[in-house]
Amino acid sequence: MRPVRLSVVVTAATAVAALTAVTGCAEKSDAKSGGSGAVQVTATDTACKVSKTELPAGHVQLAVENKGSKVTEVYLLFPDDRIVAERENIGPGLKQTVTAEVKAGSYEIACKPGMKGDGIRQKITVTGGGTTAKRDPKLDAAVAAYRKYAQEQADETIPKVKAFTDAVRAGDLEAAKKAFAPSRLGWERTEPVAESFGDIDPKTDVREDGLEAGQKWTGWHRLEKSLWQDKKIVAADKTLATQLDTDLADWQKRVGTAEITPTSMANGAKELLDEVATGKVTGEEDRYSHTDLSDFKGNVEGAQQAYELLKPIASKNDPALTAELDKQFAGLSKVLDKYRSDKTSYDFVSYDKVTKEQRKELSDAVNALAEPLSKLAAATVK
Amino acid sequence: MTTEETSSEVTTTGPTAGSPAGSPAPSRRSLIGWGGAGLALGAVAAGGTVAALRTGEDAVPIADSGAAVAFHGAHQAGIATAVQDRLHFAAFDVTTTDRAELVQLLKDWTAAAALMTAGRPVGEGAYGGLAEAPPDDTGEALGLKPSRLTLTIGFGASLFAKGRFGLDAKRPDALVDIEKFPGDNLDASRSGGDLCVQACADDPQVAVHAIRNLARIGMGKTAIRWSQLGFGKTSSTTPDAQTPRNMMGFKDGTRNIAGTDAPDLAKHVWVGEKDGAKDGSAWMTGGSYLMARRIRMHIETWDRTSLQEQEDVFGRDKGEGAPVGKAKERDEPFLKAMKPTAHVRLAHPDSNHGVKILRRGYSFTDGTDGLGRLDAGLFFLAYQRDVRKGFIPLQRSLARNDALNEYIQHVGSALFAVPPGVRDKGDWWGRALFS
Repeated sequence: MRPVRLSVVVTAATAVAALTAVTGCAEKSDAKSGGSGAVQVTATDTACKVSKTELPAGHVQLAVENKGSKVTEVYLLFPDDRIVAERENIGPGLKQTVTAEVKAGSYEIACKPGMKGDGIRQKITVTGGGTTAKRDPKLDAAVAAYRKYAQEQADETIPKVKAFTDAVRAGDLEAAKKAFAPSRLGWERTEPVAESFGDIDPKTDVREDGLEAGQKWTGWHRLEKSLWQDKKIVAADKTLATQLDTDLADWQKRVGTAEITPTSMANGAKELLDEVATGKVTGEEDRYSHTDLSDFKGNVEGAQQAYELLKPIASKNDPALTAELDKQFAGLSKVLDKYRSDKTSYDFVSYDKVTKEQRKELSDAVNALAEPLSKLAAATVK
Repeated sequence: MTTEETSSEVTTTGPTAGSPAGSPAPSRRSLIGWGGAGLALGAVAAGGTVAALRTGEDAVPIADSGAAVAFHGAHQAGIATAVQDRLHFAAFDVTTTDRAELVQLLKDWTAAAALMTAGRPVGEGAYGGLAEAPPDDTGEALGLKPSRLTLTIGFGASLFAKGRFGLDAKRPDALVDIEKFPGDNLDASRSGGDLCVQACADDPQVAVHAIRNLARIGMGKTAIRWSQLGFGKTSSTTPDAQTPRNMMGFKDGTRNIAGTDAPDLAKHVWVGEKDGAKDGSAWMTGGSYLMARRIRMHIETWDRTSLQEQEDVFGRDKGEGAPVGKAKERDEPFLKAMKPTAHVRLAHPDSNHGVKILRRGYSFTDGTDGLGRLDAGLFFLAYQRDVRKGFIPLQRSLARNDALNEYIQHVGSALFAVPPGVRDKGDWWGRALFS
């Protein structure tokens, strides 16, 4: 075990250095136009030209000019697609500057004409100013793919949340109840990413018992209580609904900046199962609506997504583990399927109708998956 | 209630302590138990038949309660072994349907049990491994002595059901479905189980650590169905030591089978070579049957009962524990002097065709019951060669007539076939059954 462990330490340490030592910021173009040291980025509808692809570590300035016909965005990205710095809403004909402090390593500049998709990419290399972090392209690709998934989940969630909050604002109790669980799915699938920001989760997903003294209760579960327990929508709920929209828009915007590593992906998958074990199996999460199994399914799907992306790496290091995980993911999904008649729907049996014996079966299946899942991180970085 | 620290008096009950043969190095903890080599020799010499069966091991003392009890032997430890102070008992459902997986689990459990009973952590230990992985061992027993930990496995009747693991032809006739006795109020979620593990130790944390780690290793293959903590032994298998008292304040287990009484063990506890010849259960030779009953005591009503009635109910006096009309605890009881419904009279071998069982029960208190009453009682554990000749006729009689029934209720029940001991490092729990 020793040699393996040492190599892991080295890898982990350098990865952390690369991830934490860099801070990004974006400045308005009128503050300072791109000087001679700046990288000229010429964005068009079909191209993203850069004036140089090698630059020294330290202060970096991207002088962006949008010569296309569409509104564009420009990003400076880590190899795993985490955002170093960005500038959105650059209209046709406009110039903007993006600045950042960067360490040595590989980066990409992405222009996104129409502000959609993965963008047009240019690789750049930053040299000097410390050792270059060794990165595994396979791990970077896995993280990038997971980030994309997390972003998609956020993007798809926003309109579902709006359907929910619109119903609340319209005072339509039944429509709001119906829209509640679907509005949470994308969030539940990627909760560790949202939680990594620290300040969003307490505003959107806190339960009454999780409140600190003096903390105002906002978010999904406050509305859940109004809908199912109070059985009425009051003016304050409509305000809360609008705040939920705002807070989740913040989440959607920040997914790209989340620090995600292969280890945090693997641990995030395990944490999703922990969420299930401590909140859903007990029926505490959605105690008024009893829609726990929908959240449960979301957690499992999100964990499985992270796992599937890491599997090509983990299966090389520990094939027995991935075989076990495949089996236990399938096993848990099978148990969950007992509680919905249509396997394409997220319309699950109300959790207050799930008996103590059935809850134990669900709990056993969660344990059966979570225990090997706790070994995924080590199998990924080994 | 008094809880005597009898362990220091324990010298010779069969199992000799020590690390498993071929262990790479003595653990930190077993070293602590190596204090007196002279004692070790004495223990082995006096251990008699049982000790003689345990060969190929370094002899080390069990005299102090921190020592290790040998895991390998002809019989599983934890039966004739001098009763430890604490218990954590767990019944498991087997959740896998794959026989090979179950066999692998039993091998993994055996390996972990051999380590833990020797005072070692499981797997690669509780720290120092990969930072990204959870440690193999949960760590709460680090720095604690082996504490005479024994781990004893049993197989429930449900494991032998047709269509499960192909064991139906090997189900012993003696592994019966236990009938409902009058007064039983059994809770299904506290009864039965495919497997059980009895963890006994002088330190409760060592016992809990053992069950917790076995449960963790079993996840995906097994799930705990129910478990029971016992905080104080109610029976001893060491007649020289002071008899412990149960939650009713009475000495319990005065006439128990001694762990050194080889003839009685052979007659009443160990399954004989010919016992399983007809029903395909020869694999049980050297094993035993474990009857577990969770017996809730109505503590508050008992406490309001007059001393006279309490003593009448048991048929012994409360202070000394002497049978009615006698002076000393170990005086031979004169059954006819007792009330016909007295517990001791009804349970005595003379009232039951000479039947004896080896009791190894523990007092429990699982907090209170929501009505402010202690949820307390006796977790009855008894080993016997055949329950059809032991516990069942005995309980039929007790359930019908015992005056004690007014103050107790049986709320959990499980019977397990306890296979013979793990012989050596190549052997594993249940090998004879699955081979």
